[in-house]
Amino acid sequence: MQNVSRVAVMLFLFFAVMLIGSIPAFAQVDLTGVWNPNVQDEDNPERLQGPSLVEFVGLPINDQARVWGLSYRSSRLSLSEHQCQVHVVEYIHRGPMAMRMWEERDLITGQLIAIHENINTYEQFRTIWMDGRPHPSEYAPHTWMGFSTGVWEGNMLTVTTTHVKQGWHRRENIPASDEVTVIEHYVKHGNTLVHISVTEDPIFLAEPLIKSEDFTLSADPNNFNPFWPCEYTDEGEFARGTVPSYFAGENPYVAQYAAEHNLPQEVTLGGAETMYPEYRTKVKSLPVAVYPPAAAATPATPAPAAPRGGGAAPAPAGGGRGAATPAGGRGQ
Amino acid sequence: MKNLFLKISTFAAVTVFASAAFAVLISAQQPQIRTPRQMPMPANPDFSKLEVQTLHVQGNIHLIAGAGGNIVVQAGDDGVLMVDTGYDKMSDKVMAALKKISTKPIRDIVLTTLADDHTGANEVFVKAGSVNQAGPGLGGRPNTADLIGSGDLLRIMTEIGPDKISVNRWPPKTFLTPRMDFYMNDEPVIIMHIPEANTGGDSMVWFRRSDVVVTGDIFDETSFPHIDLEHGGGINGIIEGLNQLLEITVPKHLQEGGTMVVPGHGRISDEHDVLEYRDMVTIIRNRVQNAINKKMTLAQIKATKPSYTYEYELRFGNNKAWTPEMFVEAIYKSLTAAKP
Repeated sequence: MQNVSRVAVMLFLFFAVMLIGSIPAFAQVDLTGVWNPNVQDEDNPERLQGPSLVEFVGLPINDQARVWGLSYRSSRLSLSEHQCQVHVVEYIHRGPMAMRMWEERDLITGQLIAIHENINTYEQFRTIWMDGRPHPSEYAPHTWMGFSTGVWEGNMLTVTTTHVKQGWHRRENIPASDEVTVIEHYVKHGNTLVHISVTEDPIFLAEPLIKSEDFTLSADPNNFNPFWPCEYTDEGEFARGTVPSYFAGENPYVAQYAAEHNLPQEVTLGGAETMYPEYRTKVKSLPVAVYPPAAAATPATPAPAAPRGGGAAPAPAGGGRGAATPAGGRGQ
Repeated sequence: MKNLFLKISTFAAVTVFASAAFAVLISAQQPQIRTPRQMPMPANPDFSKLEVQTLHVQGNIHLIAGAGGNIVVQAGDDGVLMVDTGYDKMSDKVMAALKKISTKPIRDIVLTTLADDHTGANEVFVKAGSVNQAGPGLGGRPNTADLIGSGDLLRIMTEIGPDKISVNRWPPKTFLTPRMDFYMNDEPVIIMHIPEANTGGDSMVWFRRSDVVVTGDIFDETSFPHIDLEHGGGINGIIEGLNQLLEITVPKHLQEGGTMVVPGHGRISDEHDVLEYRDMVTIIRNRVQNAINKKMTLAQIKATKPSYTYEYELRFGNNKAWTPEMFVEAIYKSLTAAKP
């Protein structure tokens, strides 16, 4: 009898410890409030003036994304259907944005059903479902913010997002495909919120793209401008069906950013290798880019777009109507 | 006392270990969630293993996917209108899915293109339906559903001949004008013929109140657009169709939602998805045209590295029955073909 009760006590203790061990999974942090961005460090250029053209450094892009980026003319964004294009969810937290977050709870049980985000850049609303519902079918539409589900891992909110539209990993000229999956982590430390995103893209990334941003809780919850109106205007700049793009080897701005920052061309073409500290050694052995090129001429035949490590053969500046501006395209 | 301490320590160690193992087991059991890839259906699928999915698009419009090309069902008090019928061998599964959407009779079937995966089950669904009238159907035919297609589609089918494509798949109800329209289930239905697209007989179907356009293979979320040169297809017709789509579609808010688009294959889309696809097809066409202008041969174009479709191949180049090389070759031949 004594053995039986000892076993019972041991079992009780065993499951009690198991339960205690799993408590962090149920620990929930209230993220409610208006969060303002702390614009600094690596996310400063993304949030403010925007990156330069062919500034792919530090992005784990693959060759396909690079070729896409080198053929890109930022005047494509002046096509009426592109003018109100939104930052996709894997990018928007580096928009010049603030966000309001709030909870949706079951009125009877108090169970957390969803966490909502209103991101004031492009008036985006996002729902992070916390009720365990499945992600949609492969035939379901994709949206700018995608379909998100969240779980608590300790006091960290981890969100998985699928079904996002095609957008960009770097504003405008490095594409993000519509097959990305975004894993985000929200960690609250007092009045500071750290947002970490891990983006997987089987189409345009060689390795996951990992980014982080900080936000500060606003003392005034009413200090939030939710409006970002956008109405497209067709000024007749382009003939019907025109899609501005450079032919391979004819982008005149390939070397500009590299030369202005005394960088080798290869560095600015990005790739997973450029993310790691060891790459600094290699950078020192590469020649610095020159811009504008001394005597460039339009190639007789379409030359290959810049391969990784091979640099580009910049064509003459003055790409004609719709040429990319050196400062890059949209600033926000 | 020492013995008790040992027991507690052992118990604690075992419990912590078991707890960790339990946690690992649980986390390992949670499936990784990833965005599903938009992959084309295999050329010769095992039909017994294929399943269809039904999704409500918006308004009166539903999508039945997985039976070949996308099948669209408009359902209402007037009955059922289908756009395309899928593979013949999937007709039982499609019929079962259709009955869950509506038990009303099938009145009309509109064809977007020629391919088997869009028109294979025409006969089954025509026979299963009936026109909304007493007596015989069109031209004294049995009272079955009307099968509608462009006049050019019927012409192409007749040219192919009944040995290769049964007369029961031919659309007896045709139109020779750029558009045909009628009213069904409380909304205008507008059929727009797009000449020289995937074939010479393609059409898109626009449900104006539901605000949905069904494109056929002019817009394909799983592949570069197929160009059937033998049956009147051409790259510029496809681009024209895509540009017409952009003129019809209206986004609801910041380039999202609003008019929804059902492609020939793959997921439900909207204007922005069409836009990115139109941009891609136009850019590739322009590259080939630029090479033709520079007197490059097809062999030189094919040998160019990176290829003219390079940056789009991981997304749209997975169709073994319609490879990027085949697409580029078809563009070249389409652009260099002598016009009558």
